[in-house]
Amino acid sequence: MALKIVKGSIDRMFDKNLQDLVRGIRNHKEDEAKYISTCIDEIKQELKQDNIAVKANAVCKLTYLQMLGYDVSWAAFNIVEVMSSSKFTYKRIGYLAASQCFHESTDVIMLTTNQIRKDLSSPNQYDTGVALTGLSCFVTPDLARDLANDIMTLMSHTKPYIRKKAVLIMYKVFLKYPESLRPAFPRLKEKLEDPDPGVQSAAVNVICELARRNPKNYLSLAPLFFKLMTSSTNNWVLIKIIKLFGALTPLEPRLGKKLIEPLTNLIHSTSAMSLLYECVNTVIAVLISLSSGMPNHSASIQLCVQKLRILIEDSDQNLKYLGLLAMSKILKTHPKSVQSHKDLILQCLDDKDESIRLRALDLLYGMVSKKNLMEIVKKLMLHVDKAEGTTYRDELLTKIIDICSQSNYQYITNFEWYISILVELTRLEGTRHGHLIASQMLDVAIRVKAIRAFAVAQMATLLDNAHLLTGNMQRNGICEVLYAAAWICGEFSEHLENPMQTLEAMLRPKVATLPGHIQAVYVQNAAKLFATVLKSQEGNTDSTAAQETSQLMIDRLPLFVQSANLEVQERASCILQLVKYIQKLQQKDVEIAEEVNALFAGELNPVAPKAQKKVPVPEGLDLDAWINEPPSESESEDEQPKAIFAKEEPKHSRPRHTEVDEKELARRREARKQEQANNPFYIKASPSSQKVYQDTPGVEHIPVVQIDLSVPLKVPGLPMSDQYVKLEEERRQKERAEKKKKEKKKRKEKRSGRGKKHDSGPESEEDITPAHQVDIVTEEMPENALPSDDDDKDPNDPHKALDIDLDNLVEAAGRRPLADSEKLPVRSHRETPKSPAEDGDTENAALQEPKKKSTKEKREKKKDKDRDRKKSKEEKKKKKHKHEEKEEDLLGGQADAPVVQSEETSEVVAPPTSTNPEVSDLDFWLSNAPVPSNTQEATTVAEAEAAPPPEAASGTAPDSEPDQPQDADTEEAKSSKHKKKKQKKEKEEKEKKKKKKHHHHHHHSDGGGEESVQNGTVEEEEPLPPMSNYCLLAENSYIKMVYDIQGNLQDGSQVVVSVIFENKGDSFLKSMEFNVLDSLNSKLQRPDGSGPHDGLTVPFQLPPGVSNEARFVFTVQSIIMPQKLKGTLTFIVKNEDSSTHEKLDFKLHFTCTSYLITTPCYSDAFAKLLESGDLKGSSVRLEGVNMPFHHLLARICFHHHFSVVERIDSCASMYSRSIQGHHVCLLVKTSGQTVSIDAKCDEPTLLGNVLDEIKQTFSQC
Amino acid sequence: MIKAILIFNNHGKPRLSKFYEHYTEDTEQQIIRETFHLVSKRDENVCNFLEGGMLIGGSDYKLIYRHYATLYFVFCVDSSESELGILDLIQVFVETLDKCFENVCELDLIFHVDKVHNILAEMVMGGMVLETNMNEIITQVDAQNKMEKSEVNQDLTYSLFYLPV
Repeated sequence: MALKIVKGSIDRMFDKNLQDLVRGIRNHKEDEAKYISTCIDEIKQELKQDNIAVKANAVCKLTYLQMLGYDVSWAAFNIVEVMSSSKFTYKRIGYLAASQCFHESTDVIMLTTNQIRKDLSSPNQYDTGVALTGLSCFVTPDLARDLANDIMTLMSHTKPYIRKKAVLIMYKVFLKYPESLRPAFPRLKEKLEDPDPGVQSAAVNVICELARRNPKNYLSLAPLFFKLMTSSTNNWVLIKIIKLFGALTPLEPRLGKKLIEPLTNLIHSTSAMSLLYECVNTVIAVLISLSSGMPNHSASIQLCVQKLRILIEDSDQNLKYLGLLAMSKILKTHPKSVQSHKDLILQCLDDKDESIRLRALDLLYGMVSKKNLMEIVKKLMLHVDKAEGTTYRDELLTKIIDICSQSNYQYITNFEWYISILVELTRLEGTRHGHLIASQMLDVAIRVKAIRAFAVAQMATLLDNAHLLTGNMQRNGICEVLYAAAWICGEFSEHLENPMQTLEAMLRPKVATLPGHIQAVYVQNAAKLFATVLKSQEGNTDSTAAQETSQLMIDRLPLFVQSANLEVQERASCILQLVKYIQKLQQKDVEIAEEVNALFAGELNPVAPKAQKKVPVPEGLDLDAWINEPPSESESEDEQPKAIFAKEEPKHSRPRHTEVDEKELARRREARKQEQANNPFYIKASPSSQKVYQDTPGVEHIPVVQIDLSVPLKVPGLPMSDQYVKLEEERRQKERAEKKKKEKKKRKEKRSGRGKKHDSGPESEEDITPAHQVDIVTEEMPENALPSDDDDKDPNDPHKALDIDLDNLVEAAGRRPLADSEKLPVRSHRETPKSPAEDGDTENAALQEPKKKSTKEKREKKKDKDRDRKKSKEEKKKKKHKHEEKEEDLLGGQADAPVVQSEETSEVVAPPTSTNPEVSDLDFWLSNAPVPSNTQEATTVAEAEAAPPPEAASGTAPDSEPDQPQDADTEEAKSSKHKKKKQKKEKEEKEKKKKKKHHHHHHHSDGGGEESVQNGTVEEEEPLPPMSNYCLLAENSYIKMVYDIQGNLQDGSQVVVSVIFENKGDSFLKSMEFNVLDSLNSKLQRPDGSGPHDGLTVPFQLPPGVSNEARFVFTVQSIIMPQKLKGTLTFIVKNEDSSTHEKLDFKLHFTCTSYLITTPCYSDAFAKLLESGDLKGSSVRLEGVNMPFHHLLARICFHHHFSVVERIDSCASMYSRSIQGHHVCLLVKTSGQTVSIDAKCDEPTLLGNVLDEIKQTFSQC
Repeated sequence: MIKAILIFNNHGKPRLSKFYEHYTEDTEQQIIRETFHLVSKRDENVCNFLEGGMLIGGSDYKLIYRHYATLYFVFCVDSSESELGILDLIQVFVETLDKCFENVCELDLIFHVDKVHNILAEMVMGGMVLETNMNEIITQVDAQNKMEKSEVNQDLTYSLFYLPV
């Protein structure tokens, strides 16, 4: 052994380390590859040695080589070996290598599971950290499944360093193993309120990532995030939250309303540009989501736009870029506010930075109007000429087309101009967007009838000059344009000046070099042209010209017949035969032009691109059903392609235009016309046939012809579009002048001095009339087409699997609690088979068992299961029994919720998160819009549900639950009863929880319970008696009031008093007013505008036998002394025949306990606190306490808002914090019936009072 | 989410590459080359954001980079990250390197790429930002280095003890 080590160390001296390797590579610049291959050989030798240090060194070098692009997957097993070294140094090297080169298909990964698990539970936090970091890079579905539970345990680790890593890696685990999301979510949510800012930030990060993909599942967290947003000072966290809100607001516009104010405040107050920018972004998102409902946010828009302008004007290019980016979001909904900054944006188009120019281009889309379109496009065309990179130029090209074609060519007043722009764009070399230009040409020519003549002329020129484009045509894709040109010339050939010339151009030999699909169009349209030419030539008496044309066709077409492209070949041979036949007829002097033309008669209508998809499937038609017998599976694969080929064949060879005799053609035509006439959805062009079209009166007045003559139609010539700009300007001026004249006339006619008429200064949008009466044909759609957005989501998106409803998790009764199958897999030590007797016994509890277990397991998974099961079973029995009893007394006659259901509820809610229906809470939170200082109330969901804050003064309770009790008479009664029920249930849950987990305190402490349980020990002991913090306030024959006081964590000077009003009599109670005589120290918070002595209206009425809870906020200054406040409740008692005014006096007792807030504390922090020496001590002894120790602790926790830090046998340390930040630490020891409490606090008076109160609690029992 | 973090010098030589998604070695090299090509042709004084390369990303992704002397630091991130935030993060990263290496220069990165990885691991984990506080990062890095050193010392004494004199 020793020798080996020695040998290893000596070997190591001669080994290259990473630095040597790097140096070597740098010294071998010429033969780097060769040098590295020798190095790899050395590494292979090193890896064969037993010495782990040598191996680690080798792996370290491999990691470097991996970065240089060498495949090192062959060393995967060695990497695993190094990972499992006990030394941190090597372990880290191993994990780094693994994180760089392991992935899902690395097979050795499955060997790592146990090693990683061991490292995760290592006592050394850095071992755990390194394992987590590594795992985050190579986690696989298997690893995720096997380790999810271990990682979840780490989320409650004592070290924040580990906690934050564990929280963060959960996201990766969710992605790979979506089933883990539901069980892990409560704890993740809890981490949002972790005392360590790093952990909190990690939790926010994870939830933001999750919510970004499936926002709707996280809406219920909005109140919590809202609270974080108003309280956090960490900009990273704030940015994440604000971004998250940006994703949530589109789903819930009410959330947006709530956000506007705090965001606006942040915008005004923050100095961090990054935060400001995100705020602006989210405000924009809010405004977009509100754009329909709320008109009055112009101030916010203005603020955003103004801030963005500042960003854009900044000399920092980054801010400029982001400003433009955000501006483009506003553009969509509030184009007007952006348009006013046109100057700035146009200026950015000239920026030297391409990113900025691209962003500015995006904005242009919304900047154009009829007035400025030509001017803007002209500017862009200049840029096109100047642009160097093809990417930017292509971007410009698409933008020009986008801008012009947007909303059905809304802004184009002169289509001649547009066509010439398109033609100019064809001169771009090497663009990828030939296809785009072509489709625009087709679209315009087809849909804008008035422009056809002009378009055809332009296209003819283009075809004529095709050789200018063909230079590198094959390569650059601009030749697509010729496809459009050929088609337009053919289809609308009646507009051609000189069809013969075009026909000639289309049959040039060079055409054969074009891509096949373009050649096919050439051939087909040559035939159309041929028909037109024949027609014109037959009119003349000279028949030789017509015959020459046929001869031209016959001469040239064989070139295409030889084409390798099937489509071209087929069309060419058909047409060739046809022409030969025609020639024969011509030689017999038969008039044939009319009939040839008939081949191509009829109008083509534009069809919407999605039309086919939108044809509704007729009822009773199953598209997936087999038409024929499904092919037998035994069919061999060889046969299949044959079958496909055979099927396809006839499709291709179907003769379309030839060899159909004239009669048949005529018949078909007739039939088609008939069909069109009968089809109400067929859009008929008013003068429907082409022939009529030529002499449509509408076309005459178009100045096309004149311009046509004045402009040289040379493709490579001067940009002609400029001339149109000038012409257009002149035209507009003329129009304006005419208008003025008219106006003057009118004025003269009227003569009544109506004051000044608005002078036509800058012309408005409406003043500009298009040059042509353009009839833009709409695209055809099938009947019954449904207007739907086809959102094509990627089916492989890993986030799809994470679209899991999480609300139910924390929801009360009945929906979908964590099922047995959803538990995280837990490694168990041994699984002893149960005895049959026991088995039978357990059956009863079996249903609830797993749920209970799943929560428990998280905490004490390694506990002996058997014992556990037995105990919990017993406990459950007892509980069930009790529960039933209680259900009866609490709910009285109206317990319409089945016992089993609530039983289940209390099982499910065991995770320490709050337990109320969040959806309705959210509704409530959103609808009431309490002032920000109250949000704390809202966030603790249970509270928000139970009672509305008095300021909100809304009687309408959220009753979104579908399963409302139906036995109430009035609406009010209904809702209040409903509430009452919930509240009772909640109470029960509280008590249930108490029984189950003794250290869990009341519902206010979302995060607290978990930690205390984590650190303390959980034993299954006998259940606690039910406890309630509510104590009697006052009571008479009509009404009973009980109350509880809670501190407000958010505001050190506020406490919230929850009062439950119970109607004891059988009359109706209404107009309840709650008033308190303020003291100097404590004041009841009243709504703005009410006097200091006014009472507060209780926001509900009480039908007989009903109780409900209301909440009142008090401000207190000093919290070190308890005090009492006198108050009065006045109310009207309404019987069937009479109503009386009654009043009830009470005394509100603010104990010092009520200023304490349950706050979790870790043992190390606790120890530090005690060591700090700032705390002053005090102690108290309780005699004759006759209860189990855990009951005692639970009581302290529950009644006095403490949490257990650590418990060792009969000794426990506890912690709490006052609303003003005083730390209170207790050390509770028990021996026999004596309990001694040593306490420390930084405020001795407060401590004294708290101890007195604790003493009193125990003296009472 | 951060998809990748790349450091390369003015000639495109990779100094660190960290991909938070799996690519083959060849693709990784292509990505580095492409990214270098995109980034290097940009002037100084232009904005630090760049809309994606073909290989990495897509429309939702951005390249955010900073250029320090001879090195480019490039982060490829999606839209859930704040652009300015990531720029700050790069700054924190570089300052942290500066503290850990004492006046960091390209040579430090060349010879100690493993250390750079370790520092980065304390800032970004699995593509998510873990820590942004420089002091916290340095504390953790130092603590781990200390551990490593103590192990090395153990190792040395151990082998010296057995070394034949």
